[in-house]
Amino acid sequence: MKQQQYLYKEDNLIDSEPNKFCESELKSEEMIINLGPQHPSTHGVLRLEVLSDGEIIKEVVPHIGYLHRCFEKHAESLPYNQIIPFVDRMDYVAAMNSEHAYAMGVEKMLGISEQIPKRVEYIRVLVAEMNRIASHLIAIGTYGLDLGSFTPFFWIMRDREHILRLLEWASGARMLYNYIWIGGLFYDLPVGFEQRCREFITYFKPKVAELETILVDNKIFIDRTANVGVLPLNLAINSGITGPMLRASGLRFDLRRVDGYSVYPELDFEIPIGVGKMGKVGDCWDRTWVRVKEIYESLKIMEQCLGKLEGEHKRTREFDPQALVPKKIRPKAQELYMRAENPKGELGYFFRADGKSDIPFRCKARACSFVNLSILPELSRGVLIADLIAILGSIDIVLGEVDR
Amino acid sequence: MSDKREELIALIRQASDEVTEIANSTPFGVIIKTESLLSVCELLYKNPTAYFDMLSCVTGIDNGIDTGTMEVIYHLYSIPLNQSIVLKVILPRENPEIESVSTIWKSANWLEREVFDMFGINFKNHPDLRRILMPADWKGYPLRKDYKHEEYYRNIKIEY
Repeated sequence: MKQQQYLYKEDNLIDSEPNKFCESELKSEEMIINLGPQHPSTHGVLRLEVLSDGEIIKEVVPHIGYLHRCFEKHAESLPYNQIIPFVDRMDYVAAMNSEHAYAMGVEKMLGISEQIPKRVEYIRVLVAEMNRIASHLIAIGTYGLDLGSFTPFFWIMRDREHILRLLEWASGARMLYNYIWIGGLFYDLPVGFEQRCREFITYFKPKVAELETILVDNKIFIDRTANVGVLPLNLAINSGITGPMLRASGLRFDLRRVDGYSVYPELDFEIPIGVGKMGKVGDCWDRTWVRVKEIYESLKIMEQCLGKLEGEHKRTREFDPQALVPKKIRPKAQELYMRAENPKGELGYFFRADGKSDIPFRCKARACSFVNLSILPELSRGVLIADLIAILGSIDIVLGEVDR
Repeated sequence: MSDKREELIALIRQASDEVTEIANSTPFGVIIKTESLLSVCELLYKNPTAYFDMLSCVTGIDNGIDTGTMEVIYHLYSIPLNQSIVLKVILPRENPEIESVSTIWKSANWLEREVFDMFGINFKNHPDLRRILMPADWKGYPLRKDYKHEEYYRNIKIEY
């Protein structure tokens, strides 16, 4: 007999994701407003249960898990190299960065991280920084969209397209690359890639300046974001906030510098921090501003990588980026936590290998968006509903990573 | 580096009488007794030589029915001293219970909720222990090794 389809009964819907607050226990001035899961300003499928007193928010309860795809369960039944496509799909706007962190973690377990050729490392950093720019562009552009500024969104989409095309040229995919492999790369960069990258940088630099003028320095934008959602530093650290959010609160903390993984110690770049130029340190405006400044730094890193890839570590006929890719990945029995700086914060992978199989016993992803989102109830207590959207947008979450 | 390690272990010994180092762990870590978790965490948080001000990650592990144990692993990091430590507690598979550390680190709130959701480990004194990623009426704890998913969820066939 054919099974019935989903039964649309009211109690059915309430059971699966019940509200935390009960309608009947509210005070007379209080009201529950449901925001999402299908709402453009929630940046995906996030449901916010808002307890409000008129326009003032009393409490926000995020309901997540609508995009849960069982990454950790899948990872327990797949060989290490086959997990990479799943890793891509976590933070789907910055897949290269996630791959980079994952590959470094497994290489560290295998003990081959010292042998990776410099050319491979520079290509990895190059593509990761390109993807970081793409991710920050999305963050800034959609944030403008949230606050009612429509044009910059099209501009960032236009510029991001160049990055996606370049990465497609290198890897064959637009967003979910599977390009960085354990021990190497899928392919060497295509001939002429460096030249096109340089052209892109020349084209892109004035465009960021333009974006900064038209959006970030805009009077309306400043009015909407300055002094809104101020995150004090001690609260940020205590809540495990990382990435541009932590830096906007005034701490010069970047894992690329602190841990110095890959070839980042050889590269010269600044770490921008929030200084409270338009309001208090750690407000929504600072977070956006830090992202814009990081785009400039990423461009700087890209230029240095290109210099190395065209000079010291040139393309040669003999170079094979897959030379070190192990045929069989079987790390010794151990536990390892690898963390790396993603565009959104600290992405950590915890591995437990039992030493007897090619499949991790446990692979846990510490998602930066997930931890960063947990500050939302704290930040949005007592603000206006319109400011809730501004705060949420400035956290820059990707629901694929929140829910995994 | 090893000096620092000895120093930290000596510090943890003040709060917990049983401290064993985890074999092959990066960064280094210790196994402590379940009862002493909260006092160890408080000590590591407050002591100026440790100063672990950030809880990066809470991981649950199910070791399977044969071993009959579960583990909760805490990854701590100290920003000013740039040092990491791993704390591990081993729990029985039947009614696993542990004290919540969310009074010390706010980040523990959601990280522990996720462990509860996936493993059914009960965090005592947690401010808001509900399922986080799975639907509230989901049966079972998906990341347990003996988990078998139901055939139907609300009359929808779960196909894989």
